[in-house]
Amino acid sequence: MLKVFWSVLHRDLLLALRRRTDVLTTLFFFVIVVSLFPLGVGTGQAVLRVLGPGVVWVAALLASMLALERLFAADYEDGTLEQLLLTDQPLVLLTLAKITAHWLLTGLPLVLIAPLVGMQYHLSDAAIGVMMLALLLGTPVLSLIGAIGAALTLGLRGGGILLALLILPLYIPVLVYGAGAVTVGAVALGEARPYLTLLAAFLVAALALAPFASAAALRISIE
Amino acid sequence: MNTLLEFLSQGGFAGYVWGAYGMTLALLVIETLSLRRQRRATLARLARLARLRDTGDQR
Amino acid sequence: MTPSWSRFAAPATFYPLAGRLIPVFWVLAAAFIILGLYWGFFETPDQLGGSNAQKDYYRIIFIHVGSAWMSMWLYAVMVGWAAVGLVFKTRLSFMMANAIAPTGAIFTFLALWTGAIWGRPSWGTYWDWDPRLTSELILFFLYIGYIALHSAIDDSRRADRAASLLAIVGLVMVPVIFWSINCPDPNQCAALHQRSGLGRVDGNILFAMLTMTLGLWMYSFATTLMRLRGIILTREAQTAWVQDLVQVEVRPS
Repeated sequence: MLKVFWSVLHRDLLLALRRRTDVLTTLFFFVIVVSLFPLGVGTGQAVLRVLGPGVVWVAALLASMLALERLFAADYEDGTLEQLLLTDQPLVLLTLAKITAHWLLTGLPLVLIAPLVGMQYHLSDAAIGVMMLALLLGTPVLSLIGAIGAALTLGLRGGGILLALLILPLYIPVLVYGAGAVTVGAVALGEARPYLTLLAAFLVAALALAPFASAAALRISIE
Repeated sequence: MNTLLEFLSQGGFAGYVWGAYGMTLALLVIETLSLRRQRRATLARLARLARLRDTGDQR
Repeated sequence: MTPSWSRFAAPATFYPLAGRLIPVFWVLAAAFIILGLYWGFFETPDQLGGSNAQKDYYRIIFIHVGSAWMSMWLYAVMVGWAAVGLVFKTRLSFMMANAIAPTGAIFTFLALWTGAIWGRPSWGTYWDWDPRLTSELILFFLYIGYIALHSAIDDSRRADRAASLLAIVGLVMVPVIFWSINCPDPNQCAALHQRSGLGRVDGNILFAMLTMTLGLWMYSFATTLMRLRGIILTREAQTAWVQDLVQVEVRPS
């Protein structure tokens, strides 16, 4: 079973890395959005320090959501997805593999680029550290929950906007506690612990439940 | 008459109170009327389709 | 031997039943709403609360609380029917869920509208990002999402099942979302919003509130059943019983 997981994961990563632009556009979108806010709001250090956590997380939500469209779309269009459904490998496992690949390509880069963003918003080193950890815990949750939406809106006209409408409300808990973790962590590192624990709990719950929902959604969309 | 005016003014907060109740009444009435209109339209459409089918069968 | 109630799982049997029930619900709705409004405006004190009392504008509470409760209740009922549809694969259950959604969305909007208007004189601002109103806003998005997803899918079977799954996911997420908005700091959950426990509310006010809520509930039954009948007619248009019905209902002039 583990072999199936790895082979799907490996295939998705390989395909994505051949079209490197897809991966990079998500990253650049994130950076652009984050860079726009100071231009609109003002570049005072104090203001930016307050805004930083929230802005970074909203940008992460939006970037994750943009990338979600491609999670299943390519395989759906060339019929691979139907083939995957027809095999007697558990669909949940295959779905989880695709979601993992998606996160490695779109979520993990955000974690790695966080220090750059932190510098733009004059966040302290401690805050940046908390931000990276929070993003590390939170972005997989975004991919997991987002996959449900991506599966439901497979092949629909206006899919991207519809996906946003469906998924963004569900992202709110991650946003609240993710941003909260950084805001609080900037003041006192220890204070961030309950937030990070909550995010970890979300991750565990999402890992346990979301792949099943996504698999069910895929069946609904394809059969 | 005095008490009617008093009632309508709601202690000076007429705008708020009637603004709230007014929107409620408006939306609920609109919902109901639109459902009735939908019903009439559906029945008319189905009747039209039935007529087309009948005349088609007669040929 | 199938139990007699499962007969009504067939659209053909339920349609006339719904038709007979609708006037009953209209009457009940009118009765409760008129009673509730009368009681609320004429049998209640002129202000709410002790210290820092709210003046006449507090009367908005009678539709605000009712709409809010109905918006939440209808969502739960909608998800219930969605789940029944997915598990038992009954078409009528899905139609019922679809019939509820617009009414639920309207009540959510009204809860937001009346809440904002009430906020202005009482807290000084129309919108305060107060947790309860913010949660209503999210609920509104959930309703709109359901309706949007359903109308974006042409195949009615896929549409029903996809929207139902979405509604169920929404219901599971709702406590988490509401809780995160209410308690953004896990260390301490400050009680925001005027937490006037129901027990401490004046008896007449409580009575008017509950009566209005009951009235709105009866109203929801009426509109939902009306909408359901429309959905049944459209979906079952090819069947013999609908075609017979159409001949009867629309007499040629």
